[in-house]
Amino acid sequence: MSLADHPSAHADAPTSPAGVDLASRLRVWTTTVDHKRVGIMYVLMAVVFLVIGGVEAVAMRIQLWSSDLEVISPDVFNQLFTMHGTTMVFFVGMPILIGIGNYVVPLMIGARDMAFPRLNALGFWVTLFGGLLTYFSLATGGAPAIGWFAYAPLTETTFARSAAVDFWALGLIVAGIGTVTAAMNFVATILAMRAPGMTLNKIPFFTWTMLWTSVQILIAVPPLTAALVMVLFDRELGAHFFDVQNGGSALLWQHLFWFFGHPEVYILILPVFGMVSEIIPVFSRKVLFGYEFMAAATMAIAFISLGVWAHHMFAVGLSRQVDLFFIVASLLVSIPTGIKFFNWLATMFGGRIWFASPMLFCFGFLSMFLIGGLTGIMLALAPFDFQLTDSYFVVGHFHWVLIGGTLFGTFAGIHYWYPKVTGRMLSERLAHWQFWLLYIGFFVTFAPMHVAGMLGMPRRIFSYEPDRAWEIWNQLATIGALIQAPSYLIFVYNLVSSYRHGKIAGDDPWDAWTLEWTTSSPPPTYNFGTIPTVHSRRPLWDTKHPDDPDWQYE
Amino acid sequence: MNQQNDYYQTSGGPATTLPVPPDIAPEHTLNGHEWGMLSFLFSEVAFFSTLVVAYVTLHNDNLSGPTSEVLSLPLAVATTSLLLASSFTVHLATHALGHGRNAIFKLWWAVTITLGIAFLAGTAYEWYGLVVHDGLTISRNLFGSTFYTLVGFHALHVSGGVVAMLIILGLSLAKALGQAESTGARMVSWYWHFVDVVWIVVFTVIYLA
Repeated sequence: MSLADHPSAHADAPTSPAGVDLASRLRVWTTTVDHKRVGIMYVLMAVVFLVIGGVEAVAMRIQLWSSDLEVISPDVFNQLFTMHGTTMVFFVGMPILIGIGNYVVPLMIGARDMAFPRLNALGFWVTLFGGLLTYFSLATGGAPAIGWFAYAPLTETTFARSAAVDFWALGLIVAGIGTVTAAMNFVATILAMRAPGMTLNKIPFFTWTMLWTSVQILIAVPPLTAALVMVLFDRELGAHFFDVQNGGSALLWQHLFWFFGHPEVYILILPVFGMVSEIIPVFSRKVLFGYEFMAAATMAIAFISLGVWAHHMFAVGLSRQVDLFFIVASLLVSIPTGIKFFNWLATMFGGRIWFASPMLFCFGFLSMFLIGGLTGIMLALAPFDFQLTDSYFVVGHFHWVLIGGTLFGTFAGIHYWYPKVTGRMLSERLAHWQFWLLYIGFFVTFAPMHVAGMLGMPRRIFSYEPDRAWEIWNQLATIGALIQAPSYLIFVYNLVSSYRHGKIAGDDPWDAWTLEWTTSSPPPTYNFGTIPTVHSRRPLWDTKHPDDPDWQYE
Repeated sequence: MNQQNDYYQTSGGPATTLPVPPDIAPEHTLNGHEWGMLSFLFSEVAFFSTLVVAYVTLHNDNLSGPTSEVLSLPLAVATTSLLLASSFTVHLATHALGHGRNAIFKLWWAVTITLGIAFLAGTAYEWYGLVVHDGLTISRNLFGSTFYTLVGFHALHVSGGVVAMLIILGLSLAKALGQAESTGARMVSWYWHFVDVVWIVVFTVIYLA
């Protein structure tokens, strides 16, 4: 089936061809409440911030090329790692996942839009302006130099005299409001707007993970908002929450921040689990192995992850009992995560695996996320953590999870759904170049960091002395960063050039099974002329194989 | 006109030879507005819990200045009863609305607004006394910082509820409330009950503890 079958779909499609002048196209995009356009804008915003955050990372890597360099001054270095972390977590990770969810979830569940389309648009614009507000801190003469987790009392006026921290805090509060509205919208959409017959135990797995990510957002982001309000009250109104000289508590900030911060890493990984759980079955030509166990594991992760935050704080000197509690809770998370992992492998086992680009990135995800998970288990053990806390081992670990896990999985999702969004295929050749450069560059960048960390290199230092044997590992990491950098450029180039010149995709290029592939590519604004009815977890399998539908076996 | 569902239209064979799917049982769940409001209130629980934690953790760590002993329990009991009463009146209002008794709805709705404003006035009176007579400001000590932040954010939420209810009252005076506005009124009443419950927690933590 080709695009020509759907003349009606073109009129309002997000990718309306030339012939309309720029002003009216801008007006359409800025006033849209269509979940698909909002989703595309989220992803584009995230890609722009990804490039900004990436440039910041490369600048830091160049500074660390050899000992006693001063390409970048210490203060600027502090600003760079603060903004790099803030950008990647708040303005790349969350928006790109929320954006993909925005685009895909209503299509997957057979709905015509999100539950609250205007709130949805508000959420996007608020997130974008939160990002701009955070970067507006540069107008005060420099970005904040507090690290992305902004430990008290660094955020107090005594230590951060310019208004940079205020812009940073305001920006995160504003963006947080956008994130919470998006989560509300997902919950309402997924629970109240599913197609007839799509009961909760039949929803596509990505939708299920977006539901639980949203629940986590609702629990984890407001405490950060409240804590940031306290920072602002300290700075603007002279309150004393984190002002230790007047009885305030630096420890309270750590608890509040990590109560947000740890669920946050699951907010960044659960949707990716969902994407991978959609892609691996399609590219293995098998159903997802152990759907119910996968669903329960997702819930378990969402709940357990609310009780593990103090494993970021072992070195503070909490009591032995508290340490033990958080060690056990942190190790517990590895059980449902392990269940998921084995289920993905079992899904692939005996399947006819097709290594097209989405599956290739899933392969990257599986191999790298496994290693990141294992170093996570190591760090969950307090005695081990005492040795390596705030070292480059930790930096290596969380980049392994966030790039090896979140980013590889997200790229898998983008390569999977790009044909649906644009009507054209991404270039497989460029995608393979992107994948291998990223895969190798990523390994060369972050593996040596583990070694540097074990040799005692602390994170966030802007330079180091030559006699520490750290230089070779830093040079490897910098070389790795320079290998990675072109892969992102290839990705952006592929997005742009395939949009113009890519092969026409058709409605269902992967022979997939979920409802979004019944619509034209790109889908019409209203998604579905007739709301479909659903009888199984693979509605499209049922319609393609009416003689052997899935609902007979579920 | 619409062709994107042509899998459904073209790929079926002769229906008699194919397995027929079972009927779809209608699903009973809350609607989107209700799930949306519940999610919002859920996030608000997380927000207020954080402020309560900050109050409980820090309000005694004062180097100088007044502590929670300067608070007036009788005044707090009075404002609390106003807010508790408003939860009943808002329930009466939405109950009347559900039965189409618009005049009674407007009456109880207006009473709820009045009680809300009276509560805010009580808070303002309390704060005036604390600032002017006891010298307690947000920057005086940690009790001031945590007390004003927690009570202040609650009062901000009450104010938001009052504004929302005033808008709905204005609409209902202009014309009878339609389906959308009735849903709005019901969702605002959920929010109002929530703000009330938060106050019970705040009252217990600050005034009774």
